[in-house]
Amino acid sequence: METNFSLQSFLVEQYKNNQKTIKEGDSSKLAQMRDKAFEAFAENGFPDKSMDNWRSTDLTKALSHDYKILLQAPPYNPVDSYFKCNIKDFDTFMFTFLNGWYVHKNVPLTVFPDGIIVGSLAHAKKEYPEIVDKYLGTIAKDNNNPMLNLNGAFMQDGAFVYVPEGVQISKPLQIVNIVNTKEDLLIQNRNLIIVEKNAALKLVHCDDSVTTTDTFINSVSEIYVGQNAEVSYYKLENKDSQSLLINSLYVKQENDSRFLSNGITFNSGVTRNTITVNIDGSNCDADVNGLYLVDKQQKVDNYVRINHNKPHSRSSQLYKGIMDDQASGSFTGYVYVEKDAQKTEAYQTNNNIALTDEASVGANPFLEIYADDVKCSHGATIGQLDNEALFYMRQRGICERNSRMLLMYAFAMEVVNKIDIEALHKQTDDMVSRRLRGELSICDMCELHCGDHTELHFEIDMSKI
Amino acid sequence: MADEMNDVLQEVTGGEYKYGFYTDIEMDTAPKGLNEDIIRFISAKKNEPEWMLEFRLKAYQKWLTMKEPKWAHIEYPPIDFQDIIYYAAPKQKKELESLDEVDPELLDTFNKLGIPLDEQKALAGVAVDAVIDSVSVKTTFQDTLAEKGIIFCSMSEAIQEHPELVKKYIGTVVPIGDNYYSALNSAVFTDGSFCYIPKGVRCPLELSTYFRINAANTGQFERTLVIADEGSYVSYMEGCTAPQRDENQLHAAVVELIAMEDAEIKYSTVQNWYPGDKEGVGGIYNFVTKRGICKGDRSKISWTQVETGSSVTWKYPSCILLGKDSIGEFYSVAVTNNYQQADTGTKMIHLGEGSRSTIISKGISAGRSQNSYRGLVKVGRKALNSRNFSQCDSLLMGDKCGAHTWPYIKSENKSSIVEHEATTSKISDDQLFYCNQRGIDTEKAIGLIVNGYAREVLNKLPMEFAVEAQKLLAISLEGSVG
Repeated sequence: METNFSLQSFLVEQYKNNQKTIKEGDSSKLAQMRDKAFEAFAENGFPDKSMDNWRSTDLTKALSHDYKILLQAPPYNPVDSYFKCNIKDFDTFMFTFLNGWYVHKNVPLTVFPDGIIVGSLAHAKKEYPEIVDKYLGTIAKDNNNPMLNLNGAFMQDGAFVYVPEGVQISKPLQIVNIVNTKEDLLIQNRNLIIVEKNAALKLVHCDDSVTTTDTFINSVSEIYVGQNAEVSYYKLENKDSQSLLINSLYVKQENDSRFLSNGITFNSGVTRNTITVNIDGSNCDADVNGLYLVDKQQKVDNYVRINHNKPHSRSSQLYKGIMDDQASGSFTGYVYVEKDAQKTEAYQTNNNIALTDEASVGANPFLEIYADDVKCSHGATIGQLDNEALFYMRQRGICERNSRMLLMYAFAMEVVNKIDIEALHKQTDDMVSRRLRGELSICDMCELHCGDHTELHFEIDMSKI
Repeated sequence: MADEMNDVLQEVTGGEYKYGFYTDIEMDTAPKGLNEDIIRFISAKKNEPEWMLEFRLKAYQKWLTMKEPKWAHIEYPPIDFQDIIYYAAPKQKKELESLDEVDPELLDTFNKLGIPLDEQKALAGVAVDAVIDSVSVKTTFQDTLAEKGIIFCSMSEAIQEHPELVKKYIGTVVPIGDNYYSALNSAVFTDGSFCYIPKGVRCPLELSTYFRINAANTGQFERTLVIADEGSYVSYMEGCTAPQRDENQLHAAVVELIAMEDAEIKYSTVQNWYPGDKEGVGGIYNFVTKRGICKGDRSKISWTQVETGSSVTWKYPSCILLGKDSIGEFYSVAVTNNYQQADTGTKMIHLGEGSRSTIISKGISAGRSQNSYRGLVKVGRKALNSRNFSQCDSLLMGDKCGAHTWPYIKSENKSSIVEHEATTSKISDDQLFYCNQRGIDTEKAIGLIVNGYAREVLNKLPMEFAVEAQKLLAISLEGSVG
């Protein structure tokens, strides 16, 4: 029934017919950008497997699926009734987005006493055009990501965060994207996060689903890290197994800035995370980490690219994956060192464990280097649990199941331990252990919301190790 | 210190190509351009059977439908395939009976290259098949080898004398339509070497082929086929040079290796085509498809390559590990200097249970060159308990060159282990300082360090080649290697 349907032509049509609605509130610069993005999309369409960096993500099924798009904000509908963040003692400023639109009661933009602005991008572009125009679309530039064109054409709402010079946010900021719909939606939000000079921000970005429908999320985030600013970005993905999630994150770093990213994929149908960090200043640190624990037919594709455009900066990538059942996981890490970016240090590690003979693992650790005075290295491994370590534990009387879990747990913890928000660390730790026991995927319908906080019990006391 | 380093690197770029002479031999050439008539011409010239002509025409038709691959990290002006002479052979008036009858000019050429072509070199224990431009001119030691049942001859001869073997194996490892250049080669290849080692025979000599492009405006398209039958062993070497010319010349070869049960093939290459001058003018485009299949259980194929020449290299010697417990190895040193570009690496395709592979790649880039490693390690569903280890190191000399690593790793079962490691660095000031402190000047120190860096691979070369390869490294990085 869906065989002749082409998502691309549907979207092209939609854009042409609804330009006025989509462009509502756009500055002339933004409207121009939108048209350009649309033209690029109309011409090039969706990425396909012939593109080197899209080999591991298969969109074929989605491209003939009849998705709906929401061109206008739905009426106010408080999310409390069906959604509650279940992270214990997690004290954050929480902002929720439902089906791609900011959920609010007449306050589209919250201004904190110290000048921090958080809220809806759709409103920010009208109220703070000078800020939005300066940054929107200037950080996310990428010729190899056709999904960016699509988002550029259709983006309407998303999170807008502005942290002024010298301000440090007192608690982490949490942005939750919830999907709760009976229809199959194509959601395209755009998040713009600006952290000015000497400012600091901790941001937790969650993707959750309440209902199980064939949703397609094509989200683009842009983060500007000003001089000597610090941003920690946590991305938690816990979607239903039918969803298609494409996340593209673009970061621009100025001199002396620090950026830490930690992306954890617990559950999702098909996930593609693109992270591009442009180090446009010297003496920067970029630390990009990720963990993917997938089972059944889930597919995760992580693509991380770090562009060292200026000298004297450091970057490190650490991605780990555990693939169970027929799941497939892929990691592409790209380190690009520009001609004059001397004294660059870039490290990259990717470790994978396949638990079954049906799982597939891909690792593509790339280095492209044009400067000579650099230290770059990468390492990638695909394998199973270390037999000697297993033997060691068995020898000491720990049963096989426990030894395996302990090893997997230790394997995953290297990434989890990089989380520096305590409540989140604890919660992630807990989720990882439950995920490893297979509990998270038992309750497909409720995903994270089972409210069960029993901790993982090993035969030995973990705290004594 | 920095200045001294720069001076040394300057000297590095001063290294001149030593094999750039041109031999004035009367040539027999085909008209420029490529079409079915040219292919018929080549086939007729070589007096080929009908099936060979069909093979060529099929390849040509396939080639017409294909596009030049653009994914490699190399840049070169478009090649006009109609501006190439596809057949050039030293004019031969009659069959050669002994070495005395070989054109003395030609002998002189090979003497200059230091190739043990004449009988005096018997002590070297190397059997040589020399291919000049498109045609094999002389194969030595054929009799000694024949005693053991080993066939080692030129491809044209093999097509005449052993058509059943050629017909059975040609195009089975590298199919006609495998890629653009293999299709081109299949259509127009003019000669090459053929080697068959019968069951249980350990080849007593190192087999060696020397390729030389001599004539202007020609492309060289040779085809090599090595078959090692059950339980046999052969070590095969290949060397290449070309005269210095301002225009670029195309070299698109295909090499196929087949190892049956318990057989082992060791294939070593010292590639020293003309790399172009200091400004990047001229040089050979080296677009080569090399692939081996470990067909039988416990078979082994080992590729060792020292790549110092060519202005553009596009080459991925690969192994298909089909047999149980088969082994694939790839050892490579690639040196690029001036404006050279190399995109080289390997593919290890694990299909058999318990197959193992090792990849050691050492890249050295200097001047304004670009040196890339590109490789694939793929472990199939059924290749249980497979093992791969890859190490790709890059050494940068100077701040205008580039060193890149593009490995692709894919595994589809839980019991296999794949490991990949790569580093990129320059010769550190500490290392140089250490050497200087001990009275070793910077130039010698760089030589020492580079040699040490490449040692792991050079050690894998057969004796005769190891010496030559070390010399070559010295020439390519002249002034810096001791």
